[in-house]
Amino acid sequence: MAHLVHQFLSETAKQDPSRTALIAGDARRSFAELDRESDAVACALQSAGIARGDRVAVMLENSIEYVAGLFGTLKAGGVFVPVNPSTKADKLTYLLADAGIRVLIAPAALARQVLPALETLETPPTVLWVGAGLPDGATGLLYADALAAQHRQPAEPGLIDQDLAAIMYTSGTTGRPKGVMLTHANYVNTSWAISTYLGNTPDDVVMCVLPLTFGYGLSQVLTGARVGFTLVLERSFAFPMETLKRMVQHRVTGLPGVPTVFSTLLGLEAAKTADLSSLRYLTNAAAPLPAAHLHRLRERFPQAVFHSMYGMTECCTRISTLDPAELDLKPASVGRAIPNCEAFVADEEGSRLPPGQVGELVVRGANVMRGYWNRPEETARRLRRGPQGETLLFTGDLFTQDAEGHLYFVSRKDDVFKCRGEKVSPKEVENALYELEGVLEACVIGVPDDADGLAVKAFLVARDGVALSEAAIRQHCRGRLESHLVPKFIEFRDSLPKTDSGKIRRAELVEEIGKPARPAAASVRSPA
Amino acid sequence: MRTATLTDTTLTAPALPEIRAFIVENFLLGKDSGFDNSESLLESGIIDSTGIMHVVAFLEERFGIAVDDDDMVADNLESVDRIAAFVGRKQELRNAA
Repeated sequence: MAHLVHQFLSETAKQDPSRTALIAGDARRSFAELDRESDAVACALQSAGIARGDRVAVMLENSIEYVAGLFGTLKAGGVFVPVNPSTKADKLTYLLADAGIRVLIAPAALARQVLPALETLETPPTVLWVGAGLPDGATGLLYADALAAQHRQPAEPGLIDQDLAAIMYTSGTTGRPKGVMLTHANYVNTSWAISTYLGNTPDDVVMCVLPLTFGYGLSQVLTGARVGFTLVLERSFAFPMETLKRMVQHRVTGLPGVPTVFSTLLGLEAAKTADLSSLRYLTNAAAPLPAAHLHRLRERFPQAVFHSMYGMTECCTRISTLDPAELDLKPASVGRAIPNCEAFVADEEGSRLPPGQVGELVVRGANVMRGYWNRPEETARRLRRGPQGETLLFTGDLFTQDAEGHLYFVSRKDDVFKCRGEKVSPKEVENALYELEGVLEACVIGVPDDADGLAVKAFLVARDGVALSEAAIRQHCRGRLESHLVPKFIEFRDSLPKTDSGKIRRAELVEEIGKPARPAAASVRSPA
Repeated sequence: MRTATLTDTTLTAPALPEIRAFIVENFLLGKDSGFDNSESLLESGIIDSTGIMHVVAFLEERFGIAVDDDDMVADNLESVDRIAAFVGRKQELRNAA
């Protein structure tokens, strides 16, 4: 049995070498080919100095190279750090420095973002470029050269399952993303749990439109390698008609999505007649699916079961799942804890609360993270010692639990909210807004929105005599932030509500808008 | 005036400079990075899948064309060249109707 993540791939490659592991556009790799390609990446990384525990960042879109980069990093003994390819230069600099990245695997097409980020670092990482050649002005290695080298096994790095497999960056209240440390043991356990409750078999063909830099996307790769099923990688969901065609063509059996994906799919005229009879299951996570959409999905795909799931990066992205058979009985619930995980609702002291009471969700299990990279204080706030000496994760999410253990999301304890399934740190958006000279005060909150779940809304006070236009503000934000962080709504005010000490009262603005702090309960229960 | 350096796409796509300007204004903070018109806007990280929706909204409004589900494919929208050619085709169809 595999106890290290990359053993999933090596073992499947031995048992079922010719089965297709990946399909990405016109490219395909069998498990044996993927195993060899990741060996080549591992050897190149080791030649570049990567040893046990060194961090390797992969800044690639969904592709074969991404997956080979992931497994290659682990085989070399390194710690995998995924970076969203749409990350702007400033944030990239921060991530590379914070994680102490030794090697960065990046596409030559992104040289314009990558090179300026490297310039500002004291000890920039070596770059392994994916593309036709070295970009102008760049130094480093070429992915193609790594593949062209004579095949050999990477040197054995001597990992155990307590070693870190990945550091996944996630937004926090401070506006600076924190690195969540996850071990091989975390992933091996959670991949087993997920593929078990989904009933995955080697005959599955799973369509992945989710970014692999996102824990939910990454888990498709890991469960695929573990079970030995075929994963169809889409670069994104930018061109849904093309994705739909490939879903039909490859007889896709599983579709993991977030509400935006399903709402787009339901909006496609062609999806009504497309032959998707192969579809066996759908999974939703990251944000609750509106009840009306759930209803229409089940009408459209009557043969497929629907798994409503909940999780967070700090728990290897998965905490609970609702048994599809209970969907009609408890549509507002995100289910019960996944196998080998326990989740309960607790008061401030950590004592378990009786059913029906609102408290913080606490998780214990093999999915709980090691902590935040280089952030002992924030780690101490989230992780506490349990009565049996185990680690408990205090999620920061408020929940209730019914007598049967089913969980119901109530709200976040902090200001972080989710837009299109991705975390938004109001602080991060506000920081970008304050860069505009004309902005005197800024406050960002999430407001209920059909398409986004919670949409980003910015309240702004302009400096005297400065004219601010919505267009100019959005334009600035698009150049500075990932797209889900760009305010959808902007409202100008003469002043913002403040506390006696002069702090902007975010809660007052939230109350004014309605009750966006209750997206799960409200949107799922309301008859839409 | 036609010169030897202009490609066919440029000749049939008067919308091209405006499309490029829109992308530079809205996704590059107004600073033209000198990207190639044939370069994939998605692969080079200039725009992402949400950005594509902004571009489509701009095309519909500015050029008075209707972008259907079936038009939302990489062949039409991947690069500035392809967007401009797509707008040209749509305008021709509209004018012919």
